Amino acid sequence: MTTLQRKDVNPIAHLTPEDIEAIGVELDAIRDEFIAKRGEKDAAYIRRVIKVQRQIEVGSRAVLLFSLFPPAWIVGTLGLTISKILENMEIGHNILHGQYDFMRDSKIHSTTWEWDSASPAEQWKHSHNELHHKYTNVIGRDNDLGYGIMRVDEQQRWTPAHLGQPLYNFVNAIFFEYGIAAYDLELGRNLATKKRRNNPAFRARLAQVGRKIRKQAAKDYLVHPLLSVPIGLAFGNPFGALLGTLSANVVANIARNLWTHSVIMCGHFPNGVETFERTSITGETRGEWYLRQMLGSANISGSKLMHIMTGNLSHQIEHHLFPDLPASRYAEIAPKVRALFEKYELNYVTGPLPMQVASAWAKVIRLALPNRKPANDIDHSVPPRREPAVV
Amino acid sequence: MLSPGRASSLVHVPVTQTLRNGAWRVVELITTPVVPADYLDVIAPLRNPNVLRARIEAVRPETENSVTLELRPGRNWQPHQPGQYVRLGVDVDGVRLWRAYSVSSAAGRADGKFTVTVNAVQDGVVSSYLLRNARRGMLLALDLPAGDFLLPGQRPAKALFLTAGSGITPVMGMLRSAIHELPDVVVVHSARTEEDVVFGRELRELSEQGKIRLIERHTRADGRIKAADLADLVPDLFERETWACGPGEMLDALTEHWTDAGAEELLHVERFRPTVLVAGDGGTVAFERSGTVADAPGGVSILDAGESAGQLMQSGCRMGICFKCVLPLREGIVRDMRDGSLTTATELDEPILIQTCISAAAGPCRLDA
Repeated sequence: MTTLQRKDVNPIAHLTPEDIEAIGVELDAIRDEFIAKRGEKDAAYIRRVIKVQRQIEVGSRAVLLFSLFPPAWIVGTLGLTISKILENMEIGHNILHGQYDFMRDSKIHSTTWEWDSASPAEQWKHSHNELHHKYTNVIGRDNDLGYGIMRVDEQQRWTPAHLGQPLYNFVNAIFFEYGIAAYDLELGRNLATKKRRNNPAFRARLAQVGRKIRKQAAKDYLVHPLLSVPIGLAFGNPFGALLGTLSANVVANIARNLWTHSVIMCGHFPNGVETFERTSITGETRGEWYLRQMLGSANISGSKLMHIMTGNLSHQIEHHLFPDLPASRYAEIAPKVRALFEKYELNYVTGPLPMQVASAWAKVIRLALPNRKPANDIDHSVPPRREPAVV
Repeated sequence: MLSPGRASSLVHVPVTQTLRNGAWRVVELITTPVVPADYLDVIAPLRNPNVLRARIEAVRPETENSVTLELRPGRNWQPHQPGQYVRLGVDVDGVRLWRAYSVSSAAGRADGKFTVTVNAVQDGVVSSYLLRNARRGMLLALDLPAGDFLLPGQRPAKALFLTAGSGITPVMGMLRSAIHELPDVVVVHSARTEEDVVFGRELRELSEQGKIRLIERHTRADGRIKAADLADLVPDLFERETWACGPGEMLDALTEHWTDAGAEELLHVERFRPTVLVAGDGGTVAFERSGTVADAPGGVSILDAGESAGQLMQSGCRMGICFKCVLPLREGIVRDMRDGSLTTATELDEPILIQTCISAAAGPCRLDA
């Protein structure tokens, strides 16, 4: 954990190797408890969320056939946004994590699920489940950390290109699903040399993303707008109907992008979240891996509805400790995890959504500039947040 | 996808087919990335053309330990022949487990429904779950009828049915379907007590009407019937085409008896497949497609064991979180090395995708890889 150790306040200095292994044992015990509980309730929950999401989606699409009329446009766009958020977060993300594989239902399984996002499930599972969740916050290994384009830790070398990172981050937020597809493809790395560009495996993955985006775009920006044309014709304004539904889809997709981007930024960017060096994870024990997840993630506190709309990624700490447990259980797991943080005097980073978003953005803006002090002298002016847990 | 059966009668098949396919592609675009049937599932789960399901429409207790489920099969169901069984996928505590049940209703019902009769067996997870929890409206996963325990098209002049316990269920299906075509039927049925006889009243009625000769044996009071004693009960034993269904040891004894008499071609048996596998420590792992067989001790993951044996395997995190290494377990038991939990796949289950990087063999395993 060398990045941590170079900081002037090392958050794990007080832990012995035995402590770290004991933390691992306690977390394994929590996992066992919830593996034993997992069952009918979780299966019924995900089936119900899928059902509700599909009902909202079909309902909103139906209302948007009348998108010509402003009230219908507003209701339809809102509904479509909610259904798209649910589909990506509470449903897609969590099923693709294998959280519901235990059900042995081939319709709701990480190997068969496909989601409403530019990135094909298969590629996303590789970069997210395999790389991000194993190498969480390890600089140079975890693409989620600054998405390979941003400076998110004082320890990273500053270049003038980083001056633009608030702008990159904003553009990335608007087109987030395409950003995800791009870094699942590791575009930066794979477009860099001719050899990499012509690699057949990369070409195949690029074509797969292309096909997915074409279909997604045809659905949202062509087929559904065209479906509202007949009603537009009936009311003498087919073009208005076409444009209405088209804009509704554009707005819903952008709104979802902004929402998911905010949630995901809150998971690993706010102040108090630690990053790690590549060399620090060689020979890592299970206890050390758990500890890295504890230090590398941040939660969002809020209402039950907020938790559902974030796909329970508001419980990012619990999600990173137990990525394969059903996410709807994280709220129940959180008090036990938080007690463990307190027992071992670790910083359980959490806060309400606006504060966490502001904190993450503040970091992006601050790190766009070179460090004011030498690299190993960290700004601790922002105290660690310790808000009461919201369960 | 577009009910090809109906299109075949049209003259301009290619043109209509092309138009239909084109229209269907547009419908698929409306619902991408999922398929239209996924939305249909919300309102009409039995209409899904890709996933066969059944809805429980009635639940009728038969005895203290058995229950008949009346099932409405979904689209693309193919009617059964008397004596066949179906595999049902039942979600027990959220986990889909598959079991085979003989169809107990007559074939060719006008309402399109069929029944299975479930006997709660000792340690039977699925059967006892259904006995307690089966409700009208519940959905089950379903597979097409299978099995070759059948009456021949040319009905036998003399028939004998030898059954014990729940072994009566396929025979009841045969009797209900074809009793009017079977002139001479003897049924020898054993159950623990009179109350334990599934379909007892119906069998006794058939007997009173003279449609069958029923020999009912209550084993708690009178003991089991031995194969050697059958000739006393049924004098023309080896003149009858015989169907037997019951516990394995009974079928073994009957097979031996009929073989000794040189009459084995007259005997048809239906065996219930065992669903209980016993967990041990380690085992051989057979990769059925490649032919590789790996010796996998209890402390070694199937991924490591397979790779050591030269099997090419997908893997990712190697710590149980990314689900890239999953492979279908056809049969066997594996132990999760993190928490010790067991996953059992019998040949009746759909192959279960297991995470090979954290699963150790707990007995011989067959993988579809």
